[in-house]
Amino acid sequence: MKIYFSIIIFIISTWLVSAGTLTICESGCDFKSIQKAIDQSKSGDTLYIKSGFYKESNIVIYKKSLHIIGEEGAVIDTQYKGYGFSVEATDIVIKNLKIKNIKVSYTKEYAAILLFKSYDFVIENITVENAFFGFLIQKSKDGKVHNNTISGEGSAEADSGNAIHLWHCENVTITNNDVRRMRDGIYLEFGSNSYISNNYSTENLRYGLHFMFSNDNIYENNVFEANGAGVAVMFSKKIKMYNNVFKKNWGTASYGILLKEINDAELKHNRFENNTIGINADGTNRITYTENTFENNGYAIKVHGACYDNIYSRNNFLYNSFDLSYAGNLNSNEFENNYWSNYTGYDLDKDGIGDVPYRPVKLFSYLVNRTPESIVLLRSLFIDIIDFSEKVSPVFTPENLIDNKPLMTKATW
Amino acid sequence: MLKILKYSFFDLMRSSWSYVYFAFYLLLGIVLLFLNNDLSKAVITLMNVIIVLVPLIGTVFGVMYYYNSKEFTELLLAQPLKRSSIFLGQYLGVAISLSMSLILGLGLPFIAYGLFKSSAIWDFSLLLITGVFLTFIFCALAFNIALSNENKIKGFGYAILMWLFLAIIYDGLFLMSLILFEDYPLDKLSLVGTMLNPIDLSRTLILLKLDISALLGYTGAVFKQFFGTSFGLIISFLMLSIWVILPVLRIVFKSRKKDF
Repeated sequence: MKIYFSIIIFIISTWLVSAGTLTICESGCDFKSIQKAIDQSKSGDTLYIKSGFYKESNIVIYKKSLHIIGEEGAVIDTQYKGYGFSVEATDIVIKNLKIKNIKVSYTKEYAAILLFKSYDFVIENITVENAFFGFLIQKSKDGKVHNNTISGEGSAEADSGNAIHLWHCENVTITNNDVRRMRDGIYLEFGSNSYISNNYSTENLRYGLHFMFSNDNIYENNVFEANGAGVAVMFSKKIKMYNNVFKKNWGTASYGILLKEINDAELKHNRFENNTIGINADGTNRITYTENTFENNGYAIKVHGACYDNIYSRNNFLYNSFDLSYAGNLNSNEFENNYWSNYTGYDLDKDGIGDVPYRPVKLFSYLVNRTPESIVLLRSLFIDIIDFSEKVSPVFTPENLIDNKPLMTKATW
Repeated sequence: MLKILKYSFFDLMRSSWSYVYFAFYLLLGIVLLFLNNDLSKAVITLMNVIIVLVPLIGTVFGVMYYYNSKEFTELLLAQPLKRSSIFLGQYLGVAISLSMSLILGLGLPFIAYGLFKSSAIWDFSLLLITGVFLTFIFCALAFNIALSNENKIKGFGYAILMWLFLAIIYDGLFLMSLILFEDYPLDKLSLVGTMLNPIDLSRTLILLKLDISALLGYTGAVFKQFFGTSFGLIISFLMLSIWVILPVLRIVFKSRKKDF
């Protein structure tokens, strides 16, 4: 009987402990300071941060599974002193907070929330203002970053950080975030099996989204607008890119998307609008570009060397200054069944496919590659004449670079 | 001068060529709009037509009108009238009537299509403004050529050659020089080259509003500054005005000294 009683007591007490809730506010709560509350808490506790202004920085959570939930109006001001939260724990939840004024440093990566070796984490509804780094997530797994807004005031790449930076992470879901005016919007370095969707990334100094050595990731339904250099996907394998919008990336080194050393990727249903270069492909192999729309770009696609077995099919190329710029040989890349708004052929058998093949590379784009300044002659009568003569008998452009089955009407899906 | 302007203007308005010109643009506008169904794309196609055809028609009309009305001009010269007002009146008469055909011919179908509700209205007005500028420039150049050449055939030949040079050959030479000197920084040279040809200038001006903006910055800082700000727009308009003023001044000087 005594044993049973003690077991019940034990169960009740552990239950009490695991469901312990602590409140934090300026007066009348359990604690005044977030750090003290965390020090006093036990794994499994929930901490409620009431509305108020907390001037705290470097809040450390070490090996405790805590749920930290803010009330509306809960603001943590780190006063440019360092990290906001610095976490190394599993099963951690941080929600509904506003964190601001993160210290800028040239030697340390101060972030609003730093997660290190944390598993099963959730970061939700956090607003970070004046961020250096937003969320710096290192060597972590199985997390969710959802509905956050991160903005910085960086003026140069050197003195700004990344909004959401993943380093050696796996299985992280990044959804519905709004990141702006940082260095990189979202940066995955050695990250795999992550899912990135419905984010809005704009006005970042470098890339809206950046992959480095990150394989097997999916990103879809994101909008990347007016970033310094667009989106960069580099040295990665098996990336799936669906339904994203890339727009208004203007500049000498600006791309809708920059693909560098990418293998086995898939681009489908993306839109590229008003970019200096829609897709800049360099060293890409076995990539399928299907049903993407390129509209009003300077160059829709610019292919540099070392690209093999890429298939471009059923894409819409609409009113780009240049549809394609191509360096080197065709290298078993295929263009088929695309719609080109510049196509002037006919379709006598009415099967929806033009009877005359289309040559997407123009002589003028070759000339502009050689002497960029000749761009001032764009759309001049002389250029139209030499383009036409090149079309009739190709000399400078790869002869077999042809869409043999151009569509007569826009591809729909 | 105003009286002569008025006379020339109504003389041209009565001539069937003005109606042909007007009808041509009307037809072009209607066809473009109803084949394209997209106002901003129609503006681009129209640009290609305007920067080639408007100078050609301005040149031919100018030369033709000068030679045709030569006897009447000689009659006027016998009257106590200032020479500059006779020739300027005739020049303005031709240029204004051509511009009117252009504006009405293109404007009517676009207005009927719903231009005022569209965002392309600025592109379109820019197009018309450059069209008018080109008419004035090439009429003035044509008058210059006609004034300097008594021989009609020679005058026509030179006028067509001038158009051919500015519309096509100039760009060819320009491109060749760019490729020849590709090892040197070329951005300033290419901008100056553009400024020196009114057709290139108008083309750039329209492209600034259309697709070159997507290529903005691709070619370096000078281009970015020129094409990216209103600076380029202001300079371009200034240059176009100079292109009108210089030939007109030459008409005045030339006509003052010419023997008839």
